[in-house]
Amino acid sequence: MAKVLMKGNEAIGEAAIRAGCLNYFGYPITPQSEIAEYLSRRMPEVNGMFLQAESEVAASYMIFGAAAAGARVFTTSSSPGISLMSEGISYCAAAQCPAVFVNIMRGGPGLGGILPSQGDYFQATKGGGHGDYHLLVMAPYSVQEAVEMVMKAFPLAEKYRNPVIILGDGLIGQMMEPVEFPENLVSQPTNKDEWATNGMDTRKTTQRNLVRSLFLVGNSLEENNRCLKAKYDQMKKEEIQCADYNIDSDYEALIVSYGTMSRVCRTAIDLMKKEGIEVGMVRPQTLFPYPDKIVQQAAWKPSCRVVTSMELSMGQMVEDVERVVQGKRPVTWFGVAGGIVPAPEEIVNEMKRVLHAHQS
Amino acid sequence: MARVFQKPKSLTSTYTHYCPGCTHGVIHRLIAETIDELGIQGRTVGIAPVGCAVLAYHYFNCDFQEAAHGRAPAMATGIKRVRPDLMVFTYQGDGDLASIGMGEIIHAANRGEKFTTIFVNNTVYGMTGGQMAPTTMPNQKTTTSPNGRDITNCGMPVKVAELIAALQTPAYITRQSVIKPKYIIKAKKAIRKAFEYQMAGTCFSLVELVSTCPTNWGKTPLEAVQWAETDLLPYYQLGDCKTPDE
Repeated sequence: MAKVLMKGNEAIGEAAIRAGCLNYFGYPITPQSEIAEYLSRRMPEVNGMFLQAESEVAASYMIFGAAAAGARVFTTSSSPGISLMSEGISYCAAAQCPAVFVNIMRGGPGLGGILPSQGDYFQATKGGGHGDYHLLVMAPYSVQEAVEMVMKAFPLAEKYRNPVIILGDGLIGQMMEPVEFPENLVSQPTNKDEWATNGMDTRKTTQRNLVRSLFLVGNSLEENNRCLKAKYDQMKKEEIQCADYNIDSDYEALIVSYGTMSRVCRTAIDLMKKEGIEVGMVRPQTLFPYPDKIVQQAAWKPSCRVVTSMELSMGQMVEDVERVVQGKRPVTWFGVAGGIVPAPEEIVNEMKRVLHAHQS
Repeated sequence: MARVFQKPKSLTSTYTHYCPGCTHGVIHRLIAETIDELGIQGRTVGIAPVGCAVLAYHYFNCDFQEAAHGRAPAMATGIKRVRPDLMVFTYQGDGDLASIGMGEIIHAANRGEKFTTIFVNNTVYGMTGGQMAPTTMPNQKTTTSPNGRDITNCGMPVKVAELIAALQTPAYITRQSVIKPKYIIKAKKAIRKAFEYQMAGTCFSLVELVSTCPTNWGKTPLEAVQWAETDLLPYYQLGDCKTPDE
């Protein structure tokens, strides 16, 4: 299929349809409202279902109910809306219901702003809602990658019976880029009859199915949480995705960055190369599971003197970088918030400063 | 010899955890009888609330989902929108529906979602331990209104059926009771009518059932029934608030 020029938000909506998801519940919020607008006119064309919920809270439970009934469903929102959805996300995770959530991040906390941010790293990777659960978190750095991640998200959600979240930012949602939709990626939904409340007649059985998250008796909650943990451990083995840049050079410093910020870093790395400064980059595409070993090996390369976490947030991913580097290299953080995306020259200046401060 | 009265097949054989004198058991039976009579057990999905009926899925013999506090109408919307052929009902108490879940029930009703809500109004939070609900009567003592509900501080009790009947979307909204056999017979008819409207794809329906909670009211089951009749029914008047034919 030929490339088409599409806005990120619209491409995300189209990607879900191409992935065989014909059910969308959502609530408008800047900077991702174009997804709902696009789907409100596109879903009827493909005999799909679009419903504008009364709130993000309600949308997350429509997703929960529909997923529990065996349907392939997704919703999209932006940071404050994801806070509201986090309640339903926790229930989905507890009850092991597969669903896809998209967060086109804006600045926070509070109402924050409507410009791009990566301030929800902690929310997506470390919690969000209450209880012992994780989401599988994918972070695209281009419209093309957003499309591919959305299309992968549905089979992954079903494989693990766990919510998957695409962690984009306002820039990914708002910019237009050429995209090519992968073909033949529509996977058949897995057999959901073992657990879905899709009606006993549908399953041709007299055994009822229950979808629940309350485990009062004995150690049944412990058992459920251990079952969830086993899935997260399996994700760590099987689902890590990571890219890199200028990683084969004898880089003096390593940047770890994801999403929009990593694009700025690529340009900065090119600029530094022209000045004879080699800087490598690891770009996690999954933020949970986090590419621990890849970041660690890249950081421990003999030529590398210092590791910098570059973020559109005030020091969030840097905690994971510090964790995996294990003190064997100095780890620094550089970030901006408030919706400002730095120019490549700012990254260059910061890396020069860091390298100067950590001379061999 | 023909058996003329037996357990509906849409109920399991599990003993319930409900207190002596509680009306949940009666209501469960009325719903299960309706499901049996309409022959829809195999395509019914119930949604349990947070509250005393959170474990209702142990007692109903059909597919069941368990909601968070007040969110059952949103979950029912999700199911019904992706599987219109399924019969979906929410089973909610007054803390669940009339307090934390007020937004979800109002909007589901106003969109005319084609599911059925059974709303059990016993004027207190049951499972949590008898706290004040939006439906608690003026001067009624609860664990969070130890001197009685002060309406200058908490407002008047919410009349859910009338509130939802004020919406223009066609709907079947009725208030019945289960405190005595004469009321139970009417309640059964209302529940069946609500399910029939759903089967026909006619409308959203809500059956409010004025019930008792002897444990949290601090009364014997008999005293509870008498108090409900003398003190609740004059305020929560029984009858249809709205029918689709209007």
